[in-house]
Amino acid sequence: MDLQSTYHNDMNIITVAEARIDAAAAIRFKDRMRDVTSQGPAHVVLDLSNVTFVDSSGLGAIVAAMKQLGPEQRLDLAGLTPDVAKVFRLTRMDTVFVIHDNIIALKARATG
Amino acid sequence: MTLDGTPQEFTLTAVASELAVRDTLLAIRNRLAVHGVSEDTCGSVELAMAEALNNVVEHAYCDDGPRDIRLSVEIKPDRLCFQIIDGGAPLPDLSLPAGALPDNSGPRDALPEGGFGWFLIRDLTERVSYERRNGMNHLTLEFLRTAR
Repeated sequence: MDLQSTYHNDMNIITVAEARIDAAAAIRFKDRMRDVTSQGPAHVVLDLSNVTFVDSSGLGAIVAAMKQLGPEQRLDLAGLTPDVAKVFRLTRMDTVFVIHDNIIALKARATG
Repeated sequence: MTLDGTPQEFTLTAVASELAVRDTLLAIRNRLAVHGVSEDTCGSVELAMAEALNNVVEHAYCDDGPRDIRLSVEIKPDRLCFQIIDGGAPLPDLSLPAGALPDNSGPRDALPEGGFGWFLIRDLTERVSYERRNGMNHLTLEFLRTAR
């Protein structure tokens, strides 16, 4: 699972460079998230703008990635594409995460 | 994965594995797009079918080596019908799970990491039915062409 972590001032922005977080990818996603959140800023933002599909296994892996963070860390989401936004909305998990519409605006604010 | 039939009515046979499910979903989505089904409806179908097919891989066939899933698809003017047939374990009590939405009101450590599958299938389909026949599971999912 290709995850790229970049630090923008006070944020660890993790970009998923693959199109699907599904049952076939969920465990590798969760393990890789542990690696890239083990250091760096406590404010973690998962950039999902390249991701076109998340199923319930992928959703569970994103929740698990948040739960495995330290108590001082937080996980936000950004750049949800339509089908990904739908799974968060239907399961009401959109109420659990802070969701940013636009990762580019978020990066600009972080570096500006 | 093999594909037989006409563009409107076809069967797909795939090995019961998570990667084969991925290929099957992409094949279905391509077919639906060719027929002019909206992106929104395609997304709903892909999500519900992912849950149903992964249930077969993870639960019905959990104790065995790889086996087959057979999928029959009918693209009708007003609706989309999918029948999934597998020879794995039956659903508990031979009935469809209620599919209640897991509670997410607790603290972070208590948030649900699963249990969304049947909720999504029920929420996204117009109709869903299940039958155990001759040692096989037959799960039918139907969507309106204008599904949300």
